[in-house]
Amino acid sequence: MTSVKAKTIRVGDGASAVVGPDTAPPVYKRRRKPLTFDKVSFFVVFLGLPLAIYIMFVIWPFIQAFGYSLTDWSGFSPKQNFIGLQNYQRLFSDDVFMKAMGNNILLVIFLPIITIVLSLVLATLVTVGGSSKGQIRGLRNSSFYRVVSFFPYTIPAIAIGIMWGQIYDPSGGLLNGILTSLGMDQFRSYAWLGDKSTAMIATMFVIVWGFIGFYMVLFVAGIKGIPAELFEAARIDGAGRLRTAVSITIPLIRDNIQTAYIYMGILALDAFVYMAALNSGGGPDNSTLVMSQQLFFTAFTKGQFGLASAMGVVLAVATLIFSGLVFLVNRLTGGDKDVSL
Amino acid sequence: MTTKIAGPEMKALHFNSRKPAMTTGDRVVGAVSHTALSIWSLIVILPLLWTFMSSFKTSSEIFASPFALPSQWRFDNYVRAWTEAGIGSYFLNSVIVVGSALVIVMVLGAMCAYVLARYVFFGSKAIYYLMLAGLTFPIFLAMVPLFFVMRNIGLLNTLPGLILVYVGFALPFTVFFLFSFFKSLPHEITEAAALDGAGEWRTFFQVMLPMAKPGLASVAIFNFLGLWNQFLIPVAINAAGPRVLSQGLAAFAGQMGYAVDFGALFAAVTVTVVPVLIVYIIFQRQLQGSVSQGTSK
Repeated sequence: MTSVKAKTIRVGDGASAVVGPDTAPPVYKRRRKPLTFDKVSFFVVFLGLPLAIYIMFVIWPFIQAFGYSLTDWSGFSPKQNFIGLQNYQRLFSDDVFMKAMGNNILLVIFLPIITIVLSLVLATLVTVGGSSKGQIRGLRNSSFYRVVSFFPYTIPAIAIGIMWGQIYDPSGGLLNGILTSLGMDQFRSYAWLGDKSTAMIATMFVIVWGFIGFYMVLFVAGIKGIPAELFEAARIDGAGRLRTAVSITIPLIRDNIQTAYIYMGILALDAFVYMAALNSGGGPDNSTLVMSQQLFFTAFTKGQFGLASAMGVVLAVATLIFSGLVFLVNRLTGGDKDVSL
Repeated sequence: MTTKIAGPEMKALHFNSRKPAMTTGDRVVGAVSHTALSIWSLIVILPLLWTFMSSFKTSSEIFASPFALPSQWRFDNYVRAWTEAGIGSYFLNSVIVVGSALVIVMVLGAMCAYVLARYVFFGSKAIYYLMLAGLTFPIFLAMVPLFFVMRNIGLLNTLPGLILVYVGFALPFTVFFLFSFFKSLPHEITEAAALDGAGEWRTFFQVMLPMAKPGLASVAIFNFLGLWNQFLIPVAINAAGPRVLSQGLAAFAGQMGYAVDFGALFAAVTVTVVPVLIVYIIFQRQLQGSVSQGTSK
C-alpha cells in the first residue's frame, strides 16, 4: 500500500503528490476533479496522439478527396480549377469506367451470395452433422476441416492471386493438367483468364476460395453460440436436420450473416488485389476490369488526380448504398436489431 | 426388487447418453458431410501443395508435367528468389514495417479505446463516430490525397511513412474492438486502483492493460494478418521506396511476364505463405476464438 503511494508520487508529479495524501476517496471521486498534471498529460497523450495520426492520415485525405473530385487537378501543376461536377459527368459517359462499374456490380451480386451460401452449408455440416440421438453434437473430427478451411484467409491476397494465376496457366497449370488427365482434351491449352467467357468466373472462384473458410469459421462460432436447448426442443418437436438448419440456425445467426454480407460486398466493390494479380490489364475486353483498377491507373499512371478522386467518391457512395441496402433488406425481412460491425 | 429392475435400466440410460446409437440416417448424413468437407479440404490443400512442389522444379520441368515430382529436391529456386529477386530484403522490410506498426497501433489504439470507453466528456461521442467513419469508407477514396500528404511531409516512399499510414488505417478497427472490451471491465477495479493512490497513467498501464490481454491478443492477430497482407497502401505511397513483401511479390510476378523463372516465382510465393501458415497453425485455437469474439461484440 505504502509502496504504491510512494511510486505514484514519482509517476505523477508535484500536483498529484499534493492531492494524494489528503484525498477522502469515496466523496472526492464523485465530484469534479481539479485538473492535475497527471490527468491533463493522460488525456493529451491518450487521446491526442492517436487522434492526430488518425486525422492526418485517414480523415483528412478522405475529406480532401471530395474537394479534389471537383477540380481538374493533374497533381503536379500548381493550378487547380474548380470545374464542378464535370468529372462525374465525364465518368458516367466513359464506356470503360461504366464497364468497370458493371463488373463491380456483377461481383457485388454474386460474390457475397455464393460465398455465404457455401460457407453456411459447410458450417452446418460441421455443427449438426453428428448423431440425431442423445446430446446435440457436431461432426466427429471436424476441427481438422475448420483448421484447413481457414488456411486461405492467412495467405496474402497477392500470393493467392499469383498462385491461382499459375494454376490457371494454359500450358503448365494445375487445372488444365487435371482436366486433360481426366480425358478432356479440349482444355489442353485453354486460357481460363484469357478468354472473355471464363475470365470473370475464374476470378470469382479465386476470391470465393479465399473467403469461404473464414466465413465458415465465423458461422460455426455463431451456431455454437446458440443454446443447445433450442436444438433439442426442435428435435423433440420432430424437426429434421434440414428443417432445423432453415428454421432455427439461420434466423438465429442472422446478424452474423448480415455482417458477412456487408464485408463481402465491400470487398467485391474493391477487389483490386485479386484483379491486379490475375489480370493486371483488365482482362480480355476489359471483362475483369474493376473501378479500383481504373482509379489507380487514372491517378498514378495518367496523373489525372481530379478525375481519379471522383472515381473514389463514386466507389465510396456505392459502398454506402450497398451497406444501406443490406441493412434495409434485413430490416424489411424481419431482422429487428442493428448488427455491430 | 425395484432397485434390481432400475439398476440395469439406469446403466443402459447412462450408457446411451454417453455414446448414442447411430441410426442408418445418421451414418448417411455423417458420410455425406465427411465427403463434402473432404472435397472442400482437398480444394484448399491441393493448390498449396502444388505450389510447394513446383517451387523445387525447374521451369522446363514445370511445363513438361504439372504433376510430376521434381527430379531432385533442389533449393536453387529459393536461393534465386531470396537474393536475385530480392524477396529476402522485402521480407525484412515487411517484418520491420508490420512489427513497428503493430506495436504502435496496439498501444495507441488501446489508449484511445480506454479513454473513450471509460470517460464521458464533451465530444467523446463525436470521436467515436469519427472512428466509425474510418471503417465505413473504402481506403481507395483516400489514396490520391494521401499520396500528396505523404509527399508534402517528405515521407513518400519511406518505411516510416508506411508505418504511420498503417497505424492510421488499423486504428479504427483496433479502437472499436477494444472499446467494447474496456467497457466490459468492472468499474470497481479502477476505483480500487484510485483508492490505492494510482494515477491515471499507472491505472492504465499496470491495472487495465494487463486485464485486457485476451482482447489485445485477438486484435493483434487480426491486425497482423491485415497489415501483412496489405497491398494497396504500399503500391500507392511506397511505389519507389524500399518494397515490402506483398509489393515485391507482385513486382516480381509482373516483371516476369511470359519469360522464364517460374520455379523462383513458386519459391517466392512459398516463402510468403509458409511463415504465416505456421504462425496460424500454432495460434489457431486463439484465432478461432477471436473470430467468435469479434462477431459477438
